[in-house]
Amino acid sequence: MNSLGNLLKNNMRKSSMVIALILIALLFQILTDGTLLKPLNITNLILQNSYILILAVGMVLVIITGHIDLSVGSVAAFVGAVSAILMIEMQMNPWLAVVICLVIGALIGAWQGFWVAYVGIPAFIVTLAGMLLFRGLTLVVLKGQSIAPYPESFQKINNGFIPDLFGGESIHLFSLVIGLLISLVLIALEIRTRNNQLKYRFEVSPTWLFYLKLFSVFAAVNFFTYVLSTYRGIPNILVILFVIIVIYAFVMKKTIVGRHIYAVGGNLKAASLSGIKTKRVTLGVFINMGVLAALSGLIFAARLNAATPRAGNLFELDAIAAVFIGGASAYGGVGTVIGAVVGGLVMGVMNNGMSILGISIDWQQAIKGLVLLAAVAFDIVNKRKN
Amino acid sequence: MKAEMVLLEMKNITKEFPGVKALDAVNLKVKEGEIHAICGENGAGKSTLMKVLSGVYSHGTYTGEILFHQQVCEFKNIRQSEELGIVIIHQELALVPELTIAENIYLGNEQGTNGMINWNETIRKAGELLGKVGLKESPETLIKDIGVGKQQLVEIAKALAKNVKLLILDEPTAALNEKDSENLLKLLVELKKQGMTAIIISHKLNEIKQIADAVTIIRDGQTIETLATDDITEDRIIKGMVGRSLSNRYPRRKPNIGNTFFEIKNWSTFHPVQSERQIVKNVTLHIRKGEIVGIAGLMGSGRTELAMSIFGRSYGKKTTGKIRKDGKLLDLPDVSKAILEGIAYVSEDRKEYGLILMNDIKQNITLASLNKVARQSIVNDHQEFIVAEDYRKKMNIKTPSVAQITGNLSGGNQQKVVLSKWMFSDPDLLILDEPTRGIDVGAKYEIYTIMNQLADHGKGILLISSELPEIIGLCDRIYVMSEGEITGEVDRSEATQETLMKFMTKSRG
Repeated sequence: MNSLGNLLKNNMRKSSMVIALILIALLFQILTDGTLLKPLNITNLILQNSYILILAVGMVLVIITGHIDLSVGSVAAFVGAVSAILMIEMQMNPWLAVVICLVIGALIGAWQGFWVAYVGIPAFIVTLAGMLLFRGLTLVVLKGQSIAPYPESFQKINNGFIPDLFGGESIHLFSLVIGLLISLVLIALEIRTRNNQLKYRFEVSPTWLFYLKLFSVFAAVNFFTYVLSTYRGIPNILVILFVIIVIYAFVMKKTIVGRHIYAVGGNLKAASLSGIKTKRVTLGVFINMGVLAALSGLIFAARLNAATPRAGNLFELDAIAAVFIGGASAYGGVGTVIGAVVGGLVMGVMNNGMSILGISIDWQQAIKGLVLLAAVAFDIVNKRKN
Repeated sequence: MKAEMVLLEMKNITKEFPGVKALDAVNLKVKEGEIHAICGENGAGKSTLMKVLSGVYSHGTYTGEILFHQQVCEFKNIRQSEELGIVIIHQELALVPELTIAENIYLGNEQGTNGMINWNETIRKAGELLGKVGLKESPETLIKDIGVGKQQLVEIAKALAKNVKLLILDEPTAALNEKDSENLLKLLVELKKQGMTAIIISHKLNEIKQIADAVTIIRDGQTIETLATDDITEDRIIKGMVGRSLSNRYPRRKPNIGNTFFEIKNWSTFHPVQSERQIVKNVTLHIRKGEIVGIAGLMGSGRTELAMSIFGRSYGKKTTGKIRKDGKLLDLPDVSKAILEGIAYVSEDRKEYGLILMNDIKQNITLASLNKVARQSIVNDHQEFIVAEDYRKKMNIKTPSVAQITGNLSGGNQQKVVLSKWMFSDPDLLILDEPTRGIDVGAKYEIYTIMNQLADHGKGILLISSELPEIIGLCDRIYVMSEGEITGEVDRSEATQETLMKFMTKSRG
């Protein structure tokens, strides 16, 4: 029989970052006298962090393959600049411009991936060069100045909300319904996974803990959408974010492509001798990063409603920090999309909470640095004990 | 030779790893001024014993007692054992290639004062030590510029610099050619005359016979016996090592050999970096259905390179030659094509090239053939589990679950996972490169049995091995390689260690 302490320890280890996130959120909820979880603030939190979370999703793939991408902030800025030229100066249709921007992101990713995968230059150097190169090109494209404003339809990417199909008055009914549906789907998936695990006699957590987990998931999702719906409902950006997270989590966990990415990071030589086209996988991961960096740049531009030369500054470090806080290994082969998202949220909640408390930017940086170090140290010490 | 002093005594040493008892009450007594050999099969526990002795496994992680000069020793790390003059030279040399000989000799033991290195002193002393070990190189030569044989001598010089009393050598001649080995052995005898004591771990029984004053035999983590000079014969040692006569080390099989289905003609490949060096030269060979074909050869003879270049050109540049399977000409530009055409290659280095140690067993088993457990590129976890579970039973992989991380398994079980992976890819030709390296006797036997079963099912097997008895015991036909060429083809009935060795050392030069 498992002792309760052991049980808690095992389950804690698996979801230690989720628990850390909850604790940090609670801490700031108390410190800010309840401001943190106010509907307006939660909405803000999502809008503020969406572009970092998207970068983190791309970054976790790069880091799983054993590489790193320092250029994503610059790439985001560059793509934002190009989008301003296309939409504002050339009056191009916003959707066409978005597609062009994403293609540019893919090309940039292919450019960097080529040097990493086929020429064998360490990604650190290639993307450091990319960081300088695309920051420079951003300045060239913008001639050192900001360009604004974007067409309204483009701004909606970041500051729009999904329409309420049910015409709720003081509350956004449609958002509530979506929340309910998602929570039910999540519960169904959890049950299915557990049944399969039982079928194959894997070790599972005890029933009461499982029900507690189901209940927490249900409560968390519905609480979240409830809070959102008392403000203006689900923001558009959350929909985009949700779709990206679900797709990438699925790809990494369930598909051959995902397995190949983990294998390349886990042991390049063994992967290659197992018939995996390792160079192509690496190239693909960088192209993907380029596209997501471009998307991130677009969202940031839409949020600021301007393309500025300093956009995206230090985004790469936030994204990388999110990935490592989320449990990825700096040596490759280990990491999850969900982990990276949780890591990004930990950073986001801290930023937001500290801002509400009026802690100055300089101290925020210092504290974030310590949290990053503590999170990774905790992870490594924990693994060593195992 | 009376009143000999016992320099080292290890009493009842027991060391356990999770799930394995690596050492079980081992005893060892080494007299002052002797060369003491330790023999045993791979995995018998020799290296573990030496790691206990040198403090790699710190006091407290094992039970038992170590007496050195009659003093009880409780080493917490290597430094403490080195302070007493116990120095170990590992199989993989611990030299820094980019530093000079002198810098390596005094690495961690720098000559100088107040943190400032006295280079003149360092180089002068290093020169003296090189003289002692008979190495004619300037102390300022970089390690990467001298061969393995000379590097070995530098290691010994390094040990001498630490005032070594007891020198432990783990397979010192494994990577050396005959002349370098001979030199090294002479040097050891010379140092012995000057009063040094040495423990030598070796597989080469003729060498042991040549220089050892005593032999302790270890089998399955237990001391079997210690032989004195007069009793040292190769047969006696082998009997002690295996614990049974040699005849049943290899499972019997009645070969049922069909037609030739796989042919390689005029196969050549060059070194990937030094593109002038031809590593494999005009190799032509064939394999028949249900046949186990061996490739014997010394290290560096081009065996592995031949196999890997066939397997989707995973080695070499400017590779030329023809591969025919069932009469059809094959073009295998990459590994995935090779797998598709029914070829599998089990690498000699399972940790580096065979497994993803941080992943679990089932993921490793399906890695090379994920399409078989996936639909529209989505992996079916249940099917994967069933496949893995099936191999776990079939191959007798000892693990509580196929969700276990591969890195936690023992060498033999890891090797079974690699084999499972390639059996699942369902090849017609299975190339096995040193499939039993570093695994224990029992697991070896199981792997031989699996090979035999595969051959009985009409597969062709190409076995690369450094262990001649293994090649002779298993193969129906043996090719011998030397310096990149096939120097001989020997049928099972004519195969003896002597004939193979003759071809292995033959060169056209």
